[in-house]
Amino acid sequence: MTTASTEVDRKPAVTALRHKDLLGIGDLTSDEIALVLDTAEAMKEVGTRPIKKVPALRGKTVVNLFFEPSTRTRTSFEIAEKRLSADTLNVAIGTSSVVKGETLADTALNLEAMSPDMIVLRHSSSGACHLLSRICRSAIINAGDGMHEHPTQALLDAFTIRERKKQLNGLKVAIIGDLLHSRVLRSNIQLLTKMGAQVWVCGPPTLIPTDIRRFGVIATSSVDEAVADADVVMLLRIQLERMEGAYFPSLREYFRVFGMTEARLQRAKPDVMIMHPGPMNRGVEIASEVADGPYSVILEQVANGVAVRMAVLYLLAGGAEHEEAA
Amino acid sequence: MPVVMDADRIGRTLARIAHEIVERNKGVDDLALVGVRTRGVPIAKRLARALKEITGHDVPTGALDITLYRDDLMRHAVGPQPQVRRTEIQFSIDNRKILLVDDVLYTGRTTRAALDALIDYGRPKGIQLIVLVDRGHRELPIKADYVGKNLPTSPEESVQVRLLEIDGQDEVVLEGGAA
Repeated sequence: MTTASTEVDRKPAVTALRHKDLLGIGDLTSDEIALVLDTAEAMKEVGTRPIKKVPALRGKTVVNLFFEPSTRTRTSFEIAEKRLSADTLNVAIGTSSVVKGETLADTALNLEAMSPDMIVLRHSSSGACHLLSRICRSAIINAGDGMHEHPTQALLDAFTIRERKKQLNGLKVAIIGDLLHSRVLRSNIQLLTKMGAQVWVCGPPTLIPTDIRRFGVIATSSVDEAVADADVVMLLRIQLERMEGAYFPSLREYFRVFGMTEARLQRAKPDVMIMHPGPMNRGVEIASEVADGPYSVILEQVANGVAVRMAVLYLLAGGAEHEEAA
Repeated sequence: MPVVMDADRIGRTLARIAHEIVERNKGVDDLALVGVRTRGVPIAKRLARALKEITGHDVPTGALDITLYRDDLMRHAVGPQPQVRRTEIQFSIDNRKILLVDDVLYTGRTTRAALDALIDYGRPKGIQLIVLVDRGHRELPIKADYVGKNLPTSPEESVQVRLLEIDGQDEVVLEGGAA
C-alpha cells in the first residue's frame, strides 16, 4: 500500500469533501472516506517529527463546544488543532452561559459573532449539529450528538483497521455491546458497510434497535456467532447514563453472557483486532485480560484519533469542491 | 510543443550534476538527498544511484511533501484543499548537508516552503538546491546551486517535466504561450 508508493502516488478519486460540515458518515461517499483516511496517513507522520506542528491552519480559529463530558475526543481535537497551528478555544458547559439558561442556538450565534472558522460540537441531543449547521456560517464538526453519530470516531476506527489489515473490503467486523444508545455504532456501521466490510452486531435483544438491519448488518444475540472468524471485534460501552429502564438484569450477568473474554475470543481469526472507543468498563463489556492483551489496539485507536481529526480539520478548512471559484 | 530535453539529455544532465555534487562537497560524506514531491523524488533517487556508481557510497534519500507549508493554502476564499501526502525522511538531518531536489524552479515559493518544512526536522549543516530546469521569474530571493538546464520562458508558458517512474517516459516539454 502507501509505504511502497513513494515514487508513484495514488491519485485519489476525489480531492475534496462536498459539504462544508462533517455532520455524519451518512453524508460521506466511499471516495470521501478514502480521502480522509489517505490524508490522515500524511498527518500521522507529522506526529512523529521532532517539531510536531505544521503551519497549515495558521490564523484559523476553532471553537471546541462540548456540552457533554469528554476526555479523549476533546483533547484529541485540541491536539489536532494545535498541530495544524489553529487557534483553539474551549467552551465547557460548567463555566458557560448555558447554566444561566441560554439555548444552544443562542450560544452558537454568539460564538459565531466572534467569527470562528470551525466549531467542534459535542451535544447530548441527536441533531444538535444539524441545527448549528443551518444557522452558522462556520464549518461544524460533529464530535458526538446524542445517540445519532460520532463520525470522527468511526473514521479513526477505520483508519486503525486499514493500517493493520490494509483494506476494509471483505473483513468481518463484530460490534458487541450497547447497540441501542451508541452513536459510535451508527457511524461505524455506515462507514464499514460503505467500504465493503461485513458487519455483525450483537447485544441483548433489549439493546438491539429494531430497525438496525436496514443498515445492511447482521444482528444476533449470540456472541459466539458474532465472533466466529471475525477479523475485528469492537466492544461498545454499556451506557448506564442513557438507560431509563432495565435492559438486562445486572452488570454481572451482562459480563457473563456478553463480556469479551479470552475464551470467547478463541473463535475469532488468529490475527483478530480488539477495539473499544472508550471509556471502557472493565469487567462489564470487556475483560481486563482482553483489554490489555496482545490483540488489543485500543491505545492505537487513541493515537490515530489525532491524525484523523487533523485530516478532517484540514479538508474542511478549504472550500467544498462544488464551490470552487474559477 | 517543443521538447527541450529528451531522455538522453536528462540522463546526461543528471550524471553531470552527480559529478558536480561530488566535486563541490569533496565526496559524499554527510550528504543526504531530499526530493520534493512529486517529481523531485524520482530525480533524487536517480542522483543517489549515480552517486553510488561514482563513489561507491550510499547517500540516504527521502521524500518531502510541502503541502502543509504552502503560502497560498488559506488564501483562496473557497476551493478544495490540495492533497497532502506523506513526508518520508528516515534519517536525522541534523549536521548533514541536505541536497534538496525539485524538477522545476520558477517563483521560488515551493523552495521557500520546502526550506521551512525541512528545518522542522532538525538543523542541517547546510542545504543545497538542485533543479532539473530553472525557468526564471523568481518572486523570492532563491537561487539553485545545481541547474540541469536554464530555460528562458514567458510566464504564459508552462514547463512539463515527465519522468519514467511517474509518467512512463522521460522528457521536458515547453507548452503554451504565444508561439
